[in-house]
Amino acid sequence: MTTQMAPESMYRSTEGLGVWEHRGKVASVGIGHSPTARRWDGRPETSVGALSILAMRRAIEDAGISPDQVDGIVVVPVTTTGAHWDPDTPIPMDVVNAFNPSSDPLDGIGQLSAEWLIKNMPELTNVKFTMNAPGCMSAAIVVAAQAVGDGLTSNCLVLKGWHNLDGRYNHGGSSAAEVVPGSLALGPGRTIWGPPGCFGTALQFAEYCHRYGKNHDMMAPFMENSRRNGLMFPEGYWAQHRPEELTPEDYLAARWIAKPANLFDNDIPIMVAASYLFTTADRAKDLKQKPVYILGHASSRGSARSLTPTLEEVQAETGSTGRKIFEAAGITVDDLSFENMYDGFAEFHQFHIEGLGYRGMKFGDALDFYQTDISIEGPNPVLPSGGNIGSGRSRFWMHTDCMQQIQGRAGARTVTGVKPEIAVSGGPMPMGGNFTVWSATPD
Amino acid sequence: MAKQGVQPDELTKPFWDAATNGKLVIQNCTACNRLQNPPLPRCGQCGSGDNLEWKEMSGRGTIYNYCVVYDCPIRSLQEGQPFNLAVIMLEEDPAIQMYSHLPGTPVDEVPIGGPVRVVFEPTANGQVVPEWEVAA
Ligand SMILES: [Zn+2]
Repeated sequence: MTTQMAPESMYRSTEGLGVWEHRGKVASVGIGHSPTARRWDGRPETSVGALSILAMRRAIEDAGISPDQVDGIVVVPVTTTGAHWDPDTPIPMDVVNAFNPSSDPLDGIGQLSAEWLIKNMPELTNVKFTMNAPGCMSAAIVVAAQAVGDGLTSNCLVLKGWHNLDGRYNHGGSSAAEVVPGSLALGPGRTIWGPPGCFGTALQFAEYCHRYGKNHDMMAPFMENSRRNGLMFPEGYWAQHRPEELTPEDYLAARWIAKPANLFDNDIPIMVAASYLFTTADRAKDLKQKPVYILGHASSRGSARSLTPTLEEVQAETGSTGRKIFEAAGITVDDLSFENMYDGFAEFHQFHIEGLGYRGMKFGDALDFYQTDISIEGPNPVLPSGGNIGSGRSRFWMHTDCMQQIQGRAGARTVTGVKPEIAVSGGPMPMGGNFTVWSATPD
Repeated sequence: MAKQGVQPDELTKPFWDAATNGKLVIQNCTACNRLQNPPLPRCGQCGSGDNLEWKEMSGRGTIYNYCVVYDCPIRSLQEGQPFNLAVIMLEEDPAIQMYSHLPGTPVDEVPIGGPVRVVFEPTANGQVVPEWEVAA
């Protein structure tokens, strides 16, 4: 079985496409998470492959269907948090051979394929549709939703796994070289000027503060709230391994990475996998869990004119993304019970929610909004999942949270100041990502 | 704080040759009359590689904004931390950006929006690279 990357035609990346043709016809009915770890310890049972199999089995079990009813898999083949397998390091064959290997020995260790997953989940006897999605769960969700809606699969597992290895990411390779090629030296990514990973976001945030008269201290309530919500997310890294609050004092005392972005403004890379089971709305009615219906999806494909996106470019893109999201779902911003837009980097969450116009906010309003009640108990919850800041780098907490809130099984994290009926999640970047609107009812 | 050395490649050789001669050149599509940086094999607007030239710039610009880098992934820059990392907007088209360490400007004392002029400094292997100084 050869698995193709999802074609661009499966995404809704322009304005004016109207309401999603499968609005309310696709539902999420199963959630499965693996445990988290800071880094891989080298054992087969903690590899990204093992975590992924575990997450998929849990999603199937959660949905209450039998594995032979699964007929589709959408997987993100890339599993790196920024750590790449060093080509000079031998691949551990004991790990490779602890599983049924595919044609690529890195499968299950430093990447994933549908081929490898099917070989190692013999209970999946009827998979007829497989597709790859780029980057994150946000893309895989959109692709799977479209595939189920289009009738390509009727019980589809969606998977994203992450591996994190020893060492500081992005410090090897060209960063350690004495001489680099001229094209790399000039960018746009790594350049000889040395922008850290968070530089682009930190620069946009600096410009945002400069233009609107805000400052980094104003992020503190958002950070405290995100960690608080994350500590109530039992699937998350901080809840499982470091149940520590993040006080405003702790946050503001953290060392800078690229001022105005500090350590906590960057998410922490971890090992983790999650899987969801999507099916048709008709089938969902008879399953174990309350269905979470997908009202629409939208994608952004912004590009910077030069080296790094300006604030103007970011705001133009997030504004357009907001319009696409509401158009696809056939709702207005006032229909949102809460938002779960992406946050890893923390300093771009405000771009996402200002683009939505969440709770009536305009560009430049979000940091003032953060000074009001943004808790799960209030009428204006901000990122009830806690996001990557609250639970580590997965880029999927916000999706799981939307589903769990709407199903009434978010536990201690349950939003109580609003009735969880319609929510939006997605990311990653303000200049490029994929977004989904979830609903308690199909219409 | 010396930057990593640079080995000019096919795409960027004219940029580096010009820098060696004390000139700042930026890619320009003559069909679109549009500058672009970083350099690309094709024009980002019309998609053609047939009309790209290297156009000399005035060497004047302004500071868009900046960060102070405390944790740089590049090994050779780490001893100079913390350092300014600014984005410069070129006079000819403010949408065209260049990075700068703003040599001579104290850390975190960067005049946002202020004028800068190009200077040239050697990298670790002697290849000269354009840099920017705050203009008096
Ligand atoms: Zn052109």
